[in-house]
Amino acid sequence: MPGQSFLQRLAGQIGLYAAVACYVAFALLPIYWTIKISVTPPDLLYSEGIRLWPSRMTLANYASVLEATDFPRYFLNSILVSVATAAIVTAVASFAGYALSRFRFRGKAMVSLVLLLTQTFPLVMVIPPIYRIMGQIGLTDSLYGLIIIYTAFNIAFATFLMQSFFDGVPKDLEEAAMIDGCTRLMALRSVILPLTLPGMGATVAFVFTAAWSELLFGLMLINSESQKTFSVGLLTFIGKFAVDWGQMMAASVLALIPVCLFFLFLQRYLVTGLTAGAVKG
Amino acid sequence: MASVSLRNVHKTFGPIMVLKSIDLDIADGEFVVLVGPSGCGKSTLLRSIAGLETINGGEIRIGEREVNHVAPKDRDIAMVFQSYALYPHMDVRRNMAFSLNLRKSPAAMISERVGAASQKLGLGSLLERLPKQLSGGQRQRVAMGRAIVRNPKVFLFDEPLSNLDAKLRATMRTEIKALHQQLKTTAIYVTHDQVEAMTMANRIVVMNDGVIQQVGAPLELYDRPANIFVAGFIGSPTMNFFDAVIEKTSARLADGSLLALPALSTGTEGQEVVIGVRPEHLHFASAGIPAKVAVVEPLGMSTQVTLDAVQERVTLLTLERPVLAPGDARHLAAKTSDVHVFDRASGLRVS
Repeated sequence: MPGQSFLQRLAGQIGLYAAVACYVAFALLPIYWTIKISVTPPDLLYSEGIRLWPSRMTLANYASVLEATDFPRYFLNSILVSVATAAIVTAVASFAGYALSRFRFRGKAMVSLVLLLTQTFPLVMVIPPIYRIMGQIGLTDSLYGLIIIYTAFNIAFATFLMQSFFDGVPKDLEEAAMIDGCTRLMALRSVILPLTLPGMGATVAFVFTAAWSELLFGLMLINSESQKTFSVGLLTFIGKFAVDWGQMMAASVLALIPVCLFFLFLQRYLVTGLTAGAVKG
Repeated sequence: MASVSLRNVHKTFGPIMVLKSIDLDIADGEFVVLVGPSGCGKSTLLRSIAGLETINGGEIRIGEREVNHVAPKDRDIAMVFQSYALYPHMDVRRNMAFSLNLRKSPAAMISERVGAASQKLGLGSLLERLPKQLSGGQRQRVAMGRAIVRNPKVFLFDEPLSNLDAKLRATMRTEIKALHQQLKTTAIYVTHDQVEAMTMANRIVVMNDGVIQQVGAPLELYDRPANIFVAGFIGSPTMNFFDAVIEKTSARLADGSLLALPALSTGTEGQEVVIGVRPEHLHFASAGIPAKVAVVEPLGMSTQVTLDAVQERVTLLTLERPVLAPGDARHLAAKTSDVHVFDRASGLRVS
């Protein structure tokens, strides 16, 4: 900035990087600690005191999680539930968001209000009625039940998210497409959809993560081993008298891997700026 | 190519009536400009013709066909938007070919049409670029190209030049007019810029408040405006207006000075009127309306003088280079044939 001396600028730069470093350390420390414990041999866990890295490393925790427990099963269940939820929510929210963004209809404000209201209930409050309903239609202890619940709870926010992305695409574009020979649905598919892919990517990522890390409903609705998701499965490491920290952390690290891969894959859709140049900006 | 006719077209947005009983006939091959201040309904009218708005009453015909309930894609029209509305994820070629691809036209015909249009518009070297890699003027050309490859019955333009800078706007204005003379496709062009309207149109439709004020050739509107609104809207700098009362063959202005009027068949003695004189029709004289020079603006080719006369700011445009200083006292006069008379109550022309 003009009017600043070299020292002022230097101090500004140092301050900026120090703040960013603090933020990154704050965000990553729990993950680091999880990894650290997962590779610490059980005999060193309590004997070495607080250290940044153990004096010996082991992968035994990973081996026993993968071989001796049901975790591979839990993973598959979690992936199934999360992918299905993300797909259904994004599809429905896209259509709903498009309608809210583009159409004028009676009761539109009411629909938005009701969607918003659903977000204000504490989850704990709705667990008993939902448990009863799911029990009567036979969807407790079932992955389908979880998918339905997760979809229901994510759809409102995802709809608002998609609406804001559709709002960002100029109306002129689909009008141009409709004059060029598209029906509304064709214009949506060949013009609007490619431009809202970043938004859909963000929505998919948001819903996937929410479903992947959900514990409360998983815990309430699932009983049998074969239907457990990984977040519920993690609790099996908490025994009556002891917690197997090493294995629990190893399982947690493994659980992070699909999420990381998923975000890596979605990253290019999350980069916005695709609409630049559509209209005079 | 087709004619367009509008019969008693109405359109409301909620309680607001934005188009009030619009009647208009546009001949095959004509270039018609809809002009008016913002909010006058000109864009809504164009969008109604395109089928992007549903009208609440009346009839729109393109050619022989009534299109009230025909979808935009089936009206055989092409439209150029103010924002250009280029598809950002398609390169120039695909943008231009989009409509032909949708119609499943043969590939040979598509490449021939796109080639011809891009050559006509000087876009040949830009076909592989994305819209965001183009300048404003180039985007404008692509939007035009997308319209002409269609070979539509009617071109619709919605303020296509208002996002360009002044110089480019003048160039594109000429190009669009040349293109129309070549293609001879019926064109309807919306603008708020009366210079664009005057220079491009075969006929101008002046709108205000959802109502057509006057339809006519540019010079006809300029020389014989039907009411005060048209008189004030067409022409730059704006026409000078004075309140006056008719006295025999003259008008008595508020300061008591007299201005000779053209022969009026409908004016009556004592009628309250508004006198209009265009800036270039006012000249300095030894007698006439007393005025005091306020500002002198040399424009090179002409000189614009702003004066205070009869409690009004008056503009005078002259091709000469008068030697004047602020505060100088002068007299203004105009030929009787250059004086426009409007009824003060109705705003309509008195002739």
